[in-house]
Amino acid sequence: MKKVVVVGNGMVGYKFCEKLRSKASSDKIELVVFGEEPIPAYDRVHLSEYFSERSSEKLSMAPKNWYMENDVTLHTGELVTSIDRENKKVITHHGHEELYDKLVLATGSSALVPPITGVDKAGVFVYRTIEDLDNIISYGKNVKSAAVLGGGLLGLEAGKALMDMGLETHIIEFAPRLMPRQLDDHGSATLRQTLESLGLQIHLNKNTKEIRGNGKLERLAFNDGGNLEVDMLVISCGIVPRDEMATTCGLNTGPRGGVIVDNQLLTNDPDIYAIGEVALYNNMIYGLVAPGYDMADVVVNQLADGGKKEFKGCDMSTKLKLIGVDVGSFGDALGETPEAKTIVFEDEQQGIYKRINLSADGKRLLGGILVGDASQYNMLWQIMDNELALPPAPEELILGSRGDAGSDALGPLPDSAQVCSCENITKGDIVNAIKEGNLENVGQVKSCTKAGTGCGACSPMVADILNDTLKSMGKVVRKVLCEHFDYTRQELYDLIKIKNIKSYEDLLNTYGSGDGCEICKPAVASLMASIWNDLVTKQDTIQDTNDRYLANIQKGGSYSVVPRVPGGEITPDKLIVLGEVAKKYNLYSKITGGQRIDLFGAALEDLPKIWEELIDAGFESGHAYGKALRTVKSCVGSTWCRFGLHDSVSFAVEVENRYRGLRAPHKLKGAVSGCRRECAEAQSKDFGIIATELGWNLYVCGNGGANPQHAQLLAGDIDSETCIKYLDRFLIYYIRTAEPLNRTATWLNKMEGGLNHLKSVIIDDTLGICDELENDMQYMVDTYKCEWKEVVNDPKLRSKFSHFINSETGDPTQKFEEIRGQKIPAAW
Amino acid sequence: MNIGEELINYETVSLEEVNTWFKVASIEDFPENGGACAVYRGLQIAIFNFSRRNEWYATQNLCPHKQQMILARGIIGSQKNEPKVACPYHKKAFSLKSGKNLNGNECDLATYPVKVESGYVYVGFKE
Ligand code: SRM
Ligand SMILES: Cc1cc2nc3c(=O)[nH]c(=O)nc-3n(C[C@H](O)[C@H](O)[C@H](O)COP(=O)(O)OP(=O)(O)OC[C@H]3O[C@@H](n4cnc5c(N)ncnc54)[C@H](O)[C@@H]3O)c2cc1C
Ligand code: SF4
Ligand code: FES
Repeated sequence: MKKVVVVGNGMVGYKFCEKLRSKASSDKIELVVFGEEPIPAYDRVHLSEYFSERSSEKLSMAPKNWYMENDVTLHTGELVTSIDRENKKVITHHGHEELYDKLVLATGSSALVPPITGVDKAGVFVYRTIEDLDNIISYGKNVKSAAVLGGGLLGLEAGKALMDMGLETHIIEFAPRLMPRQLDDHGSATLRQTLESLGLQIHLNKNTKEIRGNGKLERLAFNDGGNLEVDMLVISCGIVPRDEMATTCGLNTGPRGGVIVDNQLLTNDPDIYAIGEVALYNNMIYGLVAPGYDMADVVVNQLADGGKKEFKGCDMSTKLKLIGVDVGSFGDALGETPEAKTIVFEDEQQGIYKRINLSADGKRLLGGILVGDASQYNMLWQIMDNELALPPAPEELILGSRGDAGSDALGPLPDSAQVCSCENITKGDIVNAIKEGNLENVGQVKSCTKAGTGCGACSPMVADILNDTLKSMGKVVRKVLCEHFDYTRQELYDLIKIKNIKSYEDLLNTYGSGDGCEICKPAVASLMASIWNDLVTKQDTIQDTNDRYLANIQKGGSYSVVPRVPGGEITPDKLIVLGEVAKKYNLYSKITGGQRIDLFGAALEDLPKIWEELIDAGFESGHAYGKALRTVKSCVGSTWCRFGLHDSVSFAVEVENRYRGLRAPHKLKGAVSGCRRECAEAQSKDFGIIATELGWNLYVCGNGGANPQHAQLLAGDIDSETCIKYLDRFLIYYIRTAEPLNRTATWLNKMEGGLNHLKSVIIDDTLGICDELENDMQYMVDTYKCEWKEVVNDPKLRSKFSHFINSETGDPTQKFEEIRGQKIPAAW
Repeated sequence: MNIGEELINYETVSLEEVNTWFKVASIEDFPENGGACAVYRGLQIAIFNFSRRNEWYATQNLCPHKQQMILARGIIGSQKNEPKVACPYHKKAFSLKSGKNLNGNECDLATYPVKVESGYVYVGFKE
């Protein structure tokens, strides 16, 4: 039995253990690991997520008991201080000695701190470990502004994180451009513009001379005589390999650090390897995780299989993550290959810059830069890496989203193509795993193959491969509702309508099995509401709690009240009523993002009384609780605004009143702007209307929320009547055909033929259903009733609004606290 | 009353252990295929009228996930024939029979026997 000791329990050190244990069990190789950090290895690549999640568990590569279960002896919080090569042992700062047969150095690197006067002042940090982040977070709570020294990949990521903490944030870069190693001047300028619009302040060509302040940082002084007042500084100027022990025990290191290794990752001692960010291969430190994983693989191959795999260097392509703007840089990004030819696409308005570099003969892709839209990154990288032939017009590769050039170009991808570079997984590996394991969703593919579990950049491609493979296997991926209904939502829509089914129980008895569940009940409730426009409270126990009680449930079990305020227009009298009701029932009041007012913290049993008062004053339900039309926002438009082209408020009010109460697969939002300055943000809505000189432009399928997407132009320069007609058709078509809980944007993304198909159905009536769609909508409009009015006037429905069945009192466990003079629910 | 105390007070009662049958309300007061909350000596109990299966169940009203008094307002249904209730907040589902959490690691629910006699619903307690 051999004994392997690993120094360093970072990403690469951990990956080494994982790979080794998958090849050799503990009766073959004993494995002992020392890590300086107090917790087991975590995912440094996603370190910035710690700012929002604050959970080191989420970042953990494997929990502590993984090491136990796999017979890996892990000493955390223990620094190896020297190596005794003669006696083949390492010594730790506790004085603990450990003998080895083979030693693997995976000590990574630390942040480079340039020798600027004053770097030792309070308020100066580096960005490398969870501990660093904890320090930054606690210091950042008490200050207002921050700067990042270094405008590279990590510096920008750090800058975004600081900005998200609410600090005024500056990026200071020595070079004349951002990400100098990955971007050219144009790319940098485009990126700068976008980052500045996000709120980062960027200073290029700045050489920092001194960090000034009395004990703590107060200002930075630059060589050009300028100053910047700032409360904290995060240094991100590069990395220094942690080769300190290696140097003292006589291993060869490079002039600028790093333990020199050959293509077997061996140092000048045949029993000592170095891998990851500490290893200097071919004069190069790879500051990325994928090459480190490759190195781990090569060493495992030698130790466990007696193999002779070689490390051959690695691609340094990168995609910037998390910062609100796509940036990708791959291969020969700067076009430094002799006689390389360059194709550039630039769209200043949208902040997009794309560049690809082709070989002199124009046949091969050498590399490129993507700023503002990196959706083609994977495809381009594959073309480069697999040396695929370029299409006859290579500019097609980077021109906007014209059709689906992306997936076409992927068709000929060979099975050997590497898809996940972190885990070194090929397309063939994924396809085989899907076929052999009968995998059906991305989650399964990820857990079986590990593809997409590293930096995650390849996830969309993994999903595409899954879909293509399933299709090629003849598997129709039918999205049936749940175990109780073997039908898709669209099939159920047709069944309910054609067979005239009005209750959930009837549908379950005729077309379902079992007793239903929390998935199919609300989905069917929504379908029936969309088709029959019946009062949802008639079948109250199949509704999600919000629809059941016609109010949004809050922490602690209270509910909120949101009356409709069409177009966001409200009279002073109505405002006063809202204020009076809020005061009487002690409700927290807030202006919502949807241009209306939300009153929170109502007790269940008070809801009918509150609504009774509101209805008396002329309010109606705002359906904030339903998968239904929410708001149609408006800008003030031509009535008041000096730029306004048409009366956007009147039109918004008309549209909102037309579709109020309309239930759909997911919520629906709209907006109307009076000119292209777009103050109503119509292009982020499910439908958006913008005034033009000649009429209105109608945009559809936009989304804010988790995955923002701009709406696309369905029809331009149309009159109000046509606009309503197209909207009627569009909305019913969506209601009929979308999967449950898919917003319009997701629906369109999945639609075969995309926007062109949608246009042909809605405008050219290629399916011949437009009359039907309009009639269905007219029925919905004609049968609209305010559901709160129905409840308020029906004592039987009213009686359902009580917490206890055997007592009149409310829930005595509800607790509130106070904030800025209003109540809020006690924390849970 | 402190919410934490109530959690401790919830303790499954088996049919044999019942000493008190507490009369809650008449059958008609309960929604069909849904739940309602009853209070017994400060203890909030969720009672479910699973009319589709002609069965009645009672559990604690407190969802153990975020300590919310809410389960009576959850949607009921079945998973491979096991009757269940899903919490309105985050859709954690619990078996109505055993109280077991079916899709997570929250603790299980305490359950109580229910009987129906001459149109009235009773829940069984130890005291
Ligand atoms: C109150 C409000 C926030 C505020 O204080 O301003 C709000 C509050 C909630 N939003 Fe929102 N959203 C509110 C405007 C928005 C907006 C802005 C807008 O409408 O212009 C957005 C982005 C636009 C969009 O939807 O595309 C927004 C995107 C979301 C999302 C993400 C949707 C998505 O497609 O990713 C959710 C989650 C969901 O619906 O599944 C959500 C869900 C929620 C829920 C319903 C969460 C819940 O189930 O408890 C919140 C409950 C409100 C309550 O209890 O009354 N809310 N929410 C806003 C109410 C607007 C209104 O008057 O009705
Ligand atoms: C914020 C951030 C974002 C990043 N984003 C990306 C990205 O998007 N893509 C990408 O590919 N890479 C990214 N990286 C780089 C990536 O994290 C590193 O390449 C990777 O972590 C290197 O792994 P390693 O195991 O070699 O070093 P490390 O992860 O640094 O691990 C080395 C470990 O060894 C310990 N150690 C050192 N000396 C000793 C000793 N003498 N005794 C005991 N223990 C010791 C250290 O404490 C450390 O825990 C990012 C890095 C950071 C900081
Ligand atoms: S979108 Fe145009 S019309 Fe409307 S408020 Fe803004 S500038 Fe005025
Ligand atoms: S509170 Fe019940 S699932 Fe979260």
